[in-house]
Amino acid sequence: MTSITGHKQGSPVQPGGFWEAVARWTLSVDHKKLGMMYIGAGLVFFLIGGLEAAFMRLQLARAENTIIDPETFNQLFTMHGTTMVFLVGMPVLLGFGNFLIPLMIGARDMAFPRLNAFGFWLFIFGGALLYFSYIGSEGLYGAPGAPDVGWFAYAPLTSRTFSRGNSTDYWILGIMVSGFGSMTTAINFIATIFCMRCPGMKFMRMPMIAWMMLVVAGLVLVAVPVLTAAQTMLLLDRSLGAHFFDPETEGSAILWQHLFWFFGHPEVYILILPAFGFVSEILPVFSRKVIFGYALMVAATVGIGFIALGVWAHHMFVVGMGPELDAFFGASTFLISVPTGIKIFNWLGTMWGGRLRFATPMLFVTGFVAMFVIGGLTGIMLATVPMDWQLSDSYFVVGHFHYVLFGGTVFGIFAAIFYWFPKATGRMLDERLGKWCFWLLFIGFTLTFMPMHISGVLGMPRRIYTYEADRGFEIWNLISSIGVPVQMAGVLIFLWNVVRSLRKGEVAGDDPWDAWTLEWSTTSPPPEWNFDRIPTCTSARPLWDRKHPEDPDAHYE
Amino acid sequence: MRTTSEPIALARMSRAKVGMASLIFMESAFFAAFLVTYLYYIGKSTSGPQPIECLDRGPVLFNSACLIASSFTVVLAVRALARGAIGLFRVWLLVTVLLGFEFLAGTAIEWSGLVTAKGLTIQSNAFGTTYYSLVGFHAFHVIVGLLMLVGILVLSMFGCIDPRRDHARVDVATWYWHFVDVVWIFVFLLVYVVGRVPQGGGL
Repeated sequence: MTSITGHKQGSPVQPGGFWEAVARWTLSVDHKKLGMMYIGAGLVFFLIGGLEAAFMRLQLARAENTIIDPETFNQLFTMHGTTMVFLVGMPVLLGFGNFLIPLMIGARDMAFPRLNAFGFWLFIFGGALLYFSYIGSEGLYGAPGAPDVGWFAYAPLTSRTFSRGNSTDYWILGIMVSGFGSMTTAINFIATIFCMRCPGMKFMRMPMIAWMMLVVAGLVLVAVPVLTAAQTMLLLDRSLGAHFFDPETEGSAILWQHLFWFFGHPEVYILILPAFGFVSEILPVFSRKVIFGYALMVAATVGIGFIALGVWAHHMFVVGMGPELDAFFGASTFLISVPTGIKIFNWLGTMWGGRLRFATPMLFVTGFVAMFVIGGLTGIMLATVPMDWQLSDSYFVVGHFHYVLFGGTVFGIFAAIFYWFPKATGRMLDERLGKWCFWLLFIGFTLTFMPMHISGVLGMPRRIYTYEADRGFEIWNLISSIGVPVQMAGVLIFLWNVVRSLRKGEVAGDDPWDAWTLEWSTTSPPPEWNFDRIPTCTSARPLWDRKHPEDPDAHYE
Repeated sequence: MRTTSEPIALARMSRAKVGMASLIFMESAFFAAFLVTYLYYIGKSTSGPQPIECLDRGPVLFNSACLIASSFTVVLAVRALARGAIGLFRVWLLVTVLLGFEFLAGTAIEWSGLVTAKGLTIQSNAFGTTYYSLVGFHAFHVIVGLLMLVGILVLSMFGCIDPRRDHARVDVATWYWHFVDVVWIFVFLLVYVVGRVPQGGGL
């Protein structure tokens, strides 16, 4: 086993055989190892989900294509959406929370380390269960194949009548199991942030990521159990013949939509708030300025957390809820753009007049802000009810949420990986390859998703496996598909960068970015106990105070 | 503006308490979904057994009284433990567990009556579907709470509960039992008071 006496500084490769390494990782309850395993597993699922998307774009590249049959196409978009939301977004972001929160608040581990490991393995088994459906869903019914009901699994498509075999059951159980993992992690985040802060780390001195993760954990605790409840009802419908969602027998298909989106919309903020946190940490360091409006930023985050619970039915404008509900949910959706706008302007205020260093993390962060604004603006368009009636379930919506979730969350994740990779491994990622990665991803992303707005306005519905020629869709779909290999090249360069930098990347040292939060005050990679002595905190930038005793932030609080 | 930069020691909250409070918060969201669903389907059953024919308040009131009483007995148990009176602690905990088992037995008797005499199953209609799932999930949580309490009781029988060391832990574990009780109050009001409607009767 690993030696307890010390760690080899600057080298992620530790001594011992292969099986010892496997045991060291799988038996670990260390928040850093678990966090890295979350991120690593999430990236594997990211490649799988990306390949599924690539196959869809291949099929849609030209009109009346026949590379992929309709049934497979349904499975592809279902698995792509489910994978990206539940097996990429959640685990990678929660993984960063795991890795960063104790380091940033000056703690030696999470509040419940074993619960933490339990949550991670639930996520892995949930993901495995979902993908096992490709092999195991045939069951006794002779209807093989992966889930094909779409990632929000609308009733009554999911009833026994329309979804034979066990594929939908695998969808339910896989997500439920990984959802239990997310909930235990959320409990852990809250207990850690409340109880484990180092001396002096008052709430209003916490790094923005800790705030974001606290709000995310709260949203997980409210939203995910509702999904679990809805999925339980669906399971009862399918297995015991209950009548929750079957409209033929007193059930209500709309109820599923309400319950699902009561989870589904907070989920969107669960996926974006941690990325906001990354931006709020990285942007000041590469602008060499304190974050603009810390208190307002905190207030906006908490505000988003609350309003996020009251906007869910804007996914259901075309259901026909009536003018009152349409007006309410349209208005609440406009309202949530206020705290979000505050954040954007605070980031711009942070950059304004700063000494900007465009290293790779900063490139991704800047890309994030720009792309997220575009996604936010199309979001405001979609919150306008009559506009939504026109555009709902079209490629415009697909373009919108990919701008938010890819241009937003994924760019944020890449920024975070480039920024904290030196801390986690002790080695820098290569800058030149990093810039290639950014520009290829950025250009490929724009090529793929910008034209979707146009094909959507032209009337192309989402989730169709092909389309007729002469509808005007061809050129936009072709451009979208051309973007895919560009993105793939970016991802491959990223993977090569990781592999290469792990072996012979530049040794990072404790604090390669000259940053201000506590994780940079310990070694890279940090020892298992994080800090030899528990640090103390005198302001929101404890490491600045330590570096600049002549002008500490504490004087301005 | 403060001139000194001395760090302030933080009053530490208990991890166990924050963790348990979060768990209860999460479980509340789970039950909220089932309660809202029940509310939505009240009076929507057009055929099959109706709530007013099936739900007999008498035995349920007795069961409810037992469950709510168990919340008080468990408080007495925790207080006894805080004083170090381990014998009294065991007695009150045993009473709590027995009251919990009474509640479960009452539910079992009620359900068997509903299935055999009234013909109400989860497949009958929307009422049966929502009734069995809501009450059933509550009973499932009662079982989980009972497992915790029985576990503590067994540990104390083997002398593994040290009043000074474990008082706070036992206290936190009983929070869950109180939560199960509070949920039952909501379930009772919704199912046996608000939702006891005849066929076609809405709210």
